[in-house]
Amino acid sequence: MALKTAKMAEQLELFGCIQCGKCTGGCPVARKTTLNIRDLIYHMLVDSDMDLDVHEDLWDCTACFTCVERCPKDVQPAELVIALRGELVEGGRIPETIGTALMSIFRQGNPSSMARQDRDLWAEGIEDSLEQAKQAAQEGCDLLYFVGCIPSYDTRVQPVARALMRAFEKADLDVGVLGTDETCCGNEVRRMGEVGLFEMLVEENGEILRSVGARRIVSTSPHCFNTFRNEYDLADADGDPMEILHYTQLLARLIEEGELTFGGSLAAEDGEKKLITYHDPCFLGKQNQIFDEPRAIIEALPGAELVEMDRNRERSLCCEGGGGRMWVEGTNLEERLAFQRVQEAADTGADVLAVACPFCLLTLEDAVKVQGLDEQLQVMDIMELVDLVLEEDVSNPADEE
Amino acid sequence: MEQQPRIGVYICHCGVNIAATVEVEEVAEAAADLPGVVVSRDYTYMCSDPGQALIKDDIREHDLNRIVVASCSPRMHEPTFRAAAEQAGVNPYQVEMANIREQCSWVHKDKQQATEKAKLLVASAVAKAVHLEPLGDREVDVTPGVLVIGGGIAGLTAALDVADTGLPAYLVEKTDHLGGRVADLNCTFPTLESVSDLLPPLIERVQNHPNVTLFLNSEVKQVDGYVGNFEVTITGTADQEEEVLEDRTASVGSIIVATGYDVFDPDRKPEFGYSDYPNVITSLEMEERLLEGDLSVNGRTPERVAFIQCVGSRDIQLGNPHCSRVCCMYTAKQSRLVREMLPDAEVTVFYIDVRTFGKGSEEFYDDARGTGVRYRRGNVSEIYRKPGEPERVVLVAEDTLLGQPVDYEADLVVLAVGMEPRDTTNKISQLLKLPRSADGFFLEAHPKLRPVDTAMAGVFLAGCCQGPKDIPDTVAQAKAAASSALIPSIRGSVPVESATAVVNQELCAGCGMCVEACPYDAPALDQLWCVSRINPVLCEGCGACAATCPSSAIRMQHFTAEQVLAQVDALVSS
Repeated sequence: MALKTAKMAEQLELFGCIQCGKCTGGCPVARKTTLNIRDLIYHMLVDSDMDLDVHEDLWDCTACFTCVERCPKDVQPAELVIALRGELVEGGRIPETIGTALMSIFRQGNPSSMARQDRDLWAEGIEDSLEQAKQAAQEGCDLLYFVGCIPSYDTRVQPVARALMRAFEKADLDVGVLGTDETCCGNEVRRMGEVGLFEMLVEENGEILRSVGARRIVSTSPHCFNTFRNEYDLADADGDPMEILHYTQLLARLIEEGELTFGGSLAAEDGEKKLITYHDPCFLGKQNQIFDEPRAIIEALPGAELVEMDRNRERSLCCEGGGGRMWVEGTNLEERLAFQRVQEAADTGADVLAVACPFCLLTLEDAVKVQGLDEQLQVMDIMELVDLVLEEDVSNPADEE
Repeated sequence: MEQQPRIGVYICHCGVNIAATVEVEEVAEAAADLPGVVVSRDYTYMCSDPGQALIKDDIREHDLNRIVVASCSPRMHEPTFRAAAEQAGVNPYQVEMANIREQCSWVHKDKQQATEKAKLLVASAVAKAVHLEPLGDREVDVTPGVLVIGGGIAGLTAALDVADTGLPAYLVEKTDHLGGRVADLNCTFPTLESVSDLLPPLIERVQNHPNVTLFLNSEVKQVDGYVGNFEVTITGTADQEEEVLEDRTASVGSIIVATGYDVFDPDRKPEFGYSDYPNVITSLEMEERLLEGDLSVNGRTPERVAFIQCVGSRDIQLGNPHCSRVCCMYTAKQSRLVREMLPDAEVTVFYIDVRTFGKGSEEFYDDARGTGVRYRRGNVSEIYRKPGEPERVVLVAEDTLLGQPVDYEADLVVLAVGMEPRDTTNKISQLLKLPRSADGFFLEAHPKLRPVDTAMAGVFLAGCCQGPKDIPDTVAQAKAAASSALIPSIRGSVPVESATAVVNQELCAGCGMCVEACPYDAPALDQLWCVSRINPVLCEGCGACAATCPSSAIRMQHFTAEQVLAQVDALVSS
């Protein structure tokens, strides 16, 4: 399948490229696969045709956007990968598993081939809260909680969503949930190159989200947060722009304002603090510059101590879960970045590797098991840590002195 | 007495710049029929000597009293045509220009429409020309002397050149010492001359010069006046609280700005971990280490030294689109010195392009590579600490010539930080009303023809405040600025704008709105008569007051209501 390069090179303004190599240099997958984004740009500029069939490695990109962050000329290299994937999608030449995920999103509103009517499964045990929140969404609410596909269906991530609901209740927020009306946000859909489906989701979701009229929206996943913040145009009942929040932003604010307090402690019986290291998700950190709020939450947890990995914040190493990589293995199965990442976390001596993203939670927890680190390192979402100290009564021995 | 208008119209081809898009002959023919036009011609280059001769000959032959030139922007050649007209006996203020290049041929594609627009612009200029009035030349006396702001190598050089003419130079320096950034360097490229040989003699001369008045720990607080007669207030810097200096004043004919640059703060590129790793340093910190002759990190002699080019330069995302012009050369210098000091160390430079344009620079770069410095094409994306070896870092890059990602281990990393506009640029820009270019540095009046002049008459630029440059270029510019700044003092008087605003005292209600509107403080309210009076020496002819005046009491000469309305009528009537 041959692509005429000229039009795309112009549309993506690739001519700004000075071939400095910061994109490929910083690309986390360039070291393990043949994907070389700098080289792709060069060929887009100097060749009139590009044979896409030889570029199976296009599916290796995690859409972490490190290349976009590093590019001194603002070229946005990752957008070329997305556009080329778009050509492959258009031509029907996509990995089978990607096709399945996209089809499932189109039919069931989630990538996991689960039934749409089962989207409320996450709320097991807090059905009353869910019903109340669904009612609130119908009648109009201040805050709309967008649960997201993975937290809705994946049993490992569901507790994160339930913990969030408990925190909202404790802080006495006027929160609404869409329930089975909630549909995939489309963040990964766009990054897999399915522009048509993405635009359809933006339109349909936009209509539903605006109809609630909420002043602000909060999501479990940085991926939903990213697309709502940067690719949707959401407004509240008054037509003002909706405030788009990741849950770590909302919680950090609630804690700072004293609206959310903790009763328990993470410290051991002997008072020793739990050492927690934090992994910045690409879609929260690099792409949206939210570095401080997750750390502020961890530091506010009683009995917790934050230890940093060397590669943190802007230099956080991608877990390889984004950009559709949850549904396609890529060309190098053996060397997972997540393996490297959990080793870095273990080297800090931390007890817990905290994350703030459903994909990171799944990829890193898997890596901890494969690497045999599960005895020493636990992978937890920040929300699960919060949940541990939310309700416990104040007579916890670690807290008494 | 009213002259009968006799207008000559000249349509310039500007080679193909205009003629390729505008039918110049057709425009010239159309202009011939306009009221008052006696002669109308087109010519390849009106600004050339034969072009100007054409105008002068016509003036004499046809007894012309007004000239309309349709060519480029008046910013470019209005002075040229005014001078030509004056030589042939026409008042320079009876020359009008129609801009059919920047505002027509360069921005349009359709030849027919561009031609029609050019005709309109010419008709409009002719309509104004009918009403043009002669204005006289005006001159004011000059207070001899030059104020130099900034005591770096640019300011020192400029002050010395001024003082050596026998005229007073006032040198204002913010810190307690002279020498600026150059004083922080070890040695200079491409000669490896030591700064300690270069700078102290210069400083000593300035300090001992009878014509230099030195203000250390001082800043310019206020500037009043105009070219030829500036009144400058100098105040003590804020950090010298214990010994607060009283405000002092200086009266000068011109001002040279030589305020230098800021060094890029590498913390704005957090991916390099500058604040996290002691062995990641800036090039200026490297100068200090080279001067001390100690390159060790935590007592260990580095085995692998890496340089990263373009840190904070050529970076649109950071808002620094410019090349800093010195980093390639100082990196060649430093890498070469490291090779000499540590012959066993591997020295690698990561670069995007190597730019060695100065005299002797490419040769110096050749020599640096000759000492064994490895140049690898590809800029570093990130630095992290090598796991298990905390003294060593890993540079994450792509060698773009190999087309392969590389993880380069190093014990010492030097970030070639670039230059940025000083944080005080805005303050000085407001103080002296100096415009800035897109890169944030001060804007010169013309990049080629008036490189040290500014939009403000009598204010000149020297050194890196105008843009990054090396020491030879800085010194050359300082000498140029000194020479230009001396012109008013040596000439003794300065011509001032004749197209000034005048107040009709009968109509003026003394409301003071012109005082508010004027950016040059030219109008002042006469408290006794309760009318506004405009100081013609301060007036720059911008017209803000005339446009603001609710009583239409201000007449903007050369842009009178009559003239401008005639121009507009010509545009809309066809």
